[in-house]
Amino acid sequence: MTNLSTGFVNIGERTNVTGSARFKKLIMNGDYAAAVEVALQQVEAGAQVLDVNMDEGLLDAHEAMTTFLKLIQAEPDIARIPVMVDSSKWDVIEAGLKCVSGKPIVNSISMKEGVDQFLDHARKCMAYGAAVVVMAFDEVGQADTKERKVEICARAYDLLVGIGFPPEDIIFDPNVFAVATGIEEHNNYGVDFIEACREIKARCPHCHISGGLSNLSFSFRGNEPVRKAMHSVFLYHAIPAGMDMAIVNAGQLDVYDQIEPELRQACEDVILNRDPDAGERLVALAEKFRGTDAVAEKAAAEWRSLPVTKRLEYALVKGIDAHVVDDTEECRQAFARPIEVIEGPLMDGMNVVGDLFGSGKMFLPQVVKSARVMKKAVAHLLPFIEAAKEPGAKGKGKVIMATVKGDVHDIGKNIVGVVLQCNGFDVVDLGVMVPWSKIIEAANENDADMIGLSGLITPSLDEMVTVAEEMQRSAMTMPLLIGGATTSRVHTALKIEPMYKGPVVHVLDASRAVGVATALVSDTQRDDYVAKIAAEYEQVRVARAGKGQSELLPLAVAREKAFVADMALKPGKPNQPGVHVFEDWDLSDLRAYIDWTPFFRAWELAGNYPAILQDEVVGESATSLFADAQKMLDQIIAEKWLTARGVAGLWPCHRHGDDIWVQTQHPEAHRSPDGASVPEFFHVPNLDRSKEASVRLPMLRQQIAKREGRANMCLADFIDEHGDWMGGFAVSIHGIEPHLERFKAAIDDYSDILLKALADRLAEAFAERLHQHVRTTLWGYAVGEQLDNEALVREQYRGIRPAPGYPACPEHSLKPILFEMLEAQANTGATLTESFAMLPTAAVSGFYFGHPQAEYFGVARVGRDQLEDYAARRGVSLEQAERWLRPNLD
Amino acid sequence: MTAREKLLAEAAKRILITDGAFGTEIQNWKLDEAAYAGDLGLSHDQKGNNDILALTKPEVPASIHRAYFEAGADIAETNTFSANRISQADYGAEHLVRAINVESAKLARTIADEFEARDGRPRFVAGALGPTNKTLSLSPDVNDPGYREIDFDHLKDVYREQIDALVEGGVDFILIETVFDTLNAKAGIMAAIEAGEALGRDLPIMLSMTLTDLSGRNLSGHTVEAFWHAVRHARPVTIGLNCSFGAEQLRPHVKTLSALCDTLIMVYPNAGLPNELGAYDEEPATTAGLVKEWADAGQVNVLGGCCGSTPAHIKAIADAVQALPPRAIPKPPVQTRLAGLEPFTMVAA
Repeated sequence: MTNLSTGFVNIGERTNVTGSARFKKLIMNGDYAAAVEVALQQVEAGAQVLDVNMDEGLLDAHEAMTTFLKLIQAEPDIARIPVMVDSSKWDVIEAGLKCVSGKPIVNSISMKEGVDQFLDHARKCMAYGAAVVVMAFDEVGQADTKERKVEICARAYDLLVGIGFPPEDIIFDPNVFAVATGIEEHNNYGVDFIEACREIKARCPHCHISGGLSNLSFSFRGNEPVRKAMHSVFLYHAIPAGMDMAIVNAGQLDVYDQIEPELRQACEDVILNRDPDAGERLVALAEKFRGTDAVAEKAAAEWRSLPVTKRLEYALVKGIDAHVVDDTEECRQAFARPIEVIEGPLMDGMNVVGDLFGSGKMFLPQVVKSARVMKKAVAHLLPFIEAAKEPGAKGKGKVIMATVKGDVHDIGKNIVGVVLQCNGFDVVDLGVMVPWSKIIEAANENDADMIGLSGLITPSLDEMVTVAEEMQRSAMTMPLLIGGATTSRVHTALKIEPMYKGPVVHVLDASRAVGVATALVSDTQRDDYVAKIAAEYEQVRVARAGKGQSELLPLAVAREKAFVADMALKPGKPNQPGVHVFEDWDLSDLRAYIDWTPFFRAWELAGNYPAILQDEVVGESATSLFADAQKMLDQIIAEKWLTARGVAGLWPCHRHGDDIWVQTQHPEAHRSPDGASVPEFFHVPNLDRSKEASVRLPMLRQQIAKREGRANMCLADFIDEHGDWMGGFAVSIHGIEPHLERFKAAIDDYSDILLKALADRLAEAFAERLHQHVRTTLWGYAVGEQLDNEALVREQYRGIRPAPGYPACPEHSLKPILFEMLEAQANTGATLTESFAMLPTAAVSGFYFGHPQAEYFGVARVGRDQLEDYAARRGVSLEQAERWLRPNLD
Repeated sequence: MTAREKLLAEAAKRILITDGAFGTEIQNWKLDEAAYAGDLGLSHDQKGNNDILALTKPEVPASIHRAYFEAGADIAETNTFSANRISQADYGAEHLVRAINVESAKLARTIADEFEARDGRPRFVAGALGPTNKTLSLSPDVNDPGYREIDFDHLKDVYREQIDALVEGGVDFILIETVFDTLNAKAGIMAAIEAGEALGRDLPIMLSMTLTDLSGRNLSGHTVEAFWHAVRHARPVTIGLNCSFGAEQLRPHVKTLSALCDTLIMVYPNAGLPNELGAYDEEPATTAGLVKEWADAGQVNVLGGCCGSTPAHIKAIADAVQALPPRAIPKPPVQTRLAGLEPFTMVAA
């Protein structure tokens, strides 16, 4: 009758909403009978302990945990094994413990919030009669290295034993982290874990070691064969080292010996960090093993014969708008009041969509299409509702959304808006370049529940801080949501949140927006959620303050460590110096230069093109999106929706310190014997310099202390002080507005976002194409270059084209200088906002460096000394320079 | 010396004797409703509310305690099996919970001290907590298995009220007995731990499970070993079985517990199984003969009786085992002992 473990314990993980999309869906739908079945299957599959986790933003975890535990207590076949009460929230754990009658395991407690809370929780576990999983997490953070894992576990052990906690009831989780992520620091995570196991076991008598395996193979999401192999190989090495429990899908482990030898070897090399290239080898190999078992479901046209409410649901889920107006009309006639069609079948259908999206079974492009169908149905009903003078449907909450002043990018914001609307929120979209005063005014006028700010360029980060400050000054309390490509949790925690007393939440992507917004309007979740986020951000600030930031070199020292380019290799004089204008570049030529991977990323579909089209998880969605994109591109080209305008310039220049001086007028006058320009200080007799237009481009230099032999780079390093050549360009895609108007009128967000995303891709493609034209023709240093698009995407060409505002020259204010050099506004029609964002939005600009040793790098943090030096070189006040460089300052 | 130390010291010398049934003894007094109700002015019929006699007819429980001490008992269990807010609600006497427990405990304490003074042999008082008639683990509604009539915190509070009153009346131990629902017992344990913390001293717990089927499980489905795993954190001074069936049927389960638990084993079975009229007719010599087998096998530290047992049974048991050595407390290996309805032990690697 006693079940004795034989050394290794499988913890069933399918009853965990964070680990199983199916279980999550069942719980979200309140289908507890089926959820109990899942638990039973786990026990039958050999789980020895049942992990139950209900940590899902949209769930009342407390309620779900107690309901489910009570139900499985009534099933002797399930209740016979111990439960692991798993939550990141102590109150959920405690609620669970009150429903479990045997001796469970608590997962988890840690010293994250300090020793007092840790011991308080441990004492409660003792009084409830529970073993505990202790995460290797302390006030400083999560343990990553072997040393930290051992140090934290040993400290926790001593504290627990000190209060009389039975040592045999302590289970350490020393954190399994993802390997083969492509980040060098992660390569040793497997080894760190395995070696830590050995030391912890020796140091802490009677303890156990557990871990969540799914983290390990996080990089291979969607590739089950590789994940299973990695997990098996990891256990093969971790178990002898002392790991004796794991949260794992028991039925989904490979037998070590039966793993395909090449795959096993590759997994082993990665996990044991045998060489720096192991990760790339496994990534390359992984494609071979991907999704042999993928099943494609084909929907039949039979759906048209379903009852009308089911047809609406089908149309919403599948994003088919062909019949939606007819079906909605049919429904309207069947219902007493038109509003009931919205509140009934349409909302039901959107709930299905929301659930599918929430459980990761639908992806953004599909959801946006669903929203289009919904909006069309609602638009059909609105006149009837207004005629009947009935109040509209009441939303879950009202969200004010805006792209902040100075920024014009709105694809991400629009996607978030659509997703929120799909989930029952009212969204008031203020558009782009919205000043703080208008945002606050709109929030007050609309009695909003929260404000969402978006921005893409780095100056927008500062503008968001301003909005937060102004909200505080207006004594507002509503939550502030922060999103957009350059925003981050760290920036939000460090710079924005401290400015505003109301809740501030960074929203990583559109898929998180619903969870965040729902929690913030929930009576039951809001306070806990807000407190949790605030605590997390405090943790970020503490960690940031405590973390020894990498040392900065004095600017003079960094300059001594400058990159020394071999000037014998510098490119010669361009074939066609000066400025070249392209008023209408052929779009069909640009089409072949499109890099599609970022296009999919904009839609939150993860994966590289073209592999993404076959992806097991998002492949179907990606393929459908790609087809729509191709169709629209055909129209764009055939019907000439858009115009690609560009300008490129090639000028003599020389480097002086960290400045590049460019002669944009009469370059011939500056010609040196080798055909390039001459430096300023060269004496050129009898030259009329009165018409000279020299432009000073101050560049920034890396100041982070680096390993011996690594240079502290600056773009000026790629330019010869004795005279050289460089270039610049600006391209933009014009004419989008009437088409966007058209889509707006047709209530078609999907096409609206699709067109904007395609225009962005065309601008990038134009930049790529023009650079190629410069290399092979205008400058001509790479006449024989033969590169296909894939090689171009991988930047396998000579020379670089860094853009102001990007890592190698992060200061945006060089953009107006570049525009002047190119006379870009006159030549292309593009303009700049006060935050130096380009209009039209689909636009790219940058500098050309032709030296073969030129490469991309990130300037990263700079010191006060460089700030002061830069302000002087740039000819602006220290305050001005500080504002421009804020993202790069401590 | 604390009560725990004192009990362990006595138990090291001999097999201790706890008392026998109260209910069946009280029936012998053939009390009418008026005798139960006294002059408390309660609205409900009090007949059968045995615990309230501490207030209305204290001579009844007093004489039973005396009879068991006379028979050789070392431990008296207070007559408070139903003296909790949930059970007393059936008699409209929730407001008397504290008084019943304080008076019952004082009564047992006084008599125990009296006997201890008489012969110098230590006598103990265990404050008895019954399981109540509500369960934390089971739904009373077959159509809604997730429904519960009460919750953990409520039951914990109910127990805490009773425990505080028993302690006030002077008990040595808190005896959580007739455990048919392990989670109810865990609520009782939590209440006792918190009461001990409030007192700032060790408040020793005694635990006694009751089996409802012959395979050796209680009503909530726990095997005796799973039960031990689930309650071991209480550091009980005794653990064991009571009520259930007769001694005959308990034999394999006593053996299991005895080998497993690193604390005293206390068993107090019914006097056999009830006959078709619901009466117990097992002779004292028979019961004593059966429980002596456990003593002979070195499996028990404390023996006594439950339903149907009389002072005569207790005397027979005390006489039968007085010369036998007590069970030696084993030292089981350090292992992680978890439990669902069944035990799960992790071998330390």
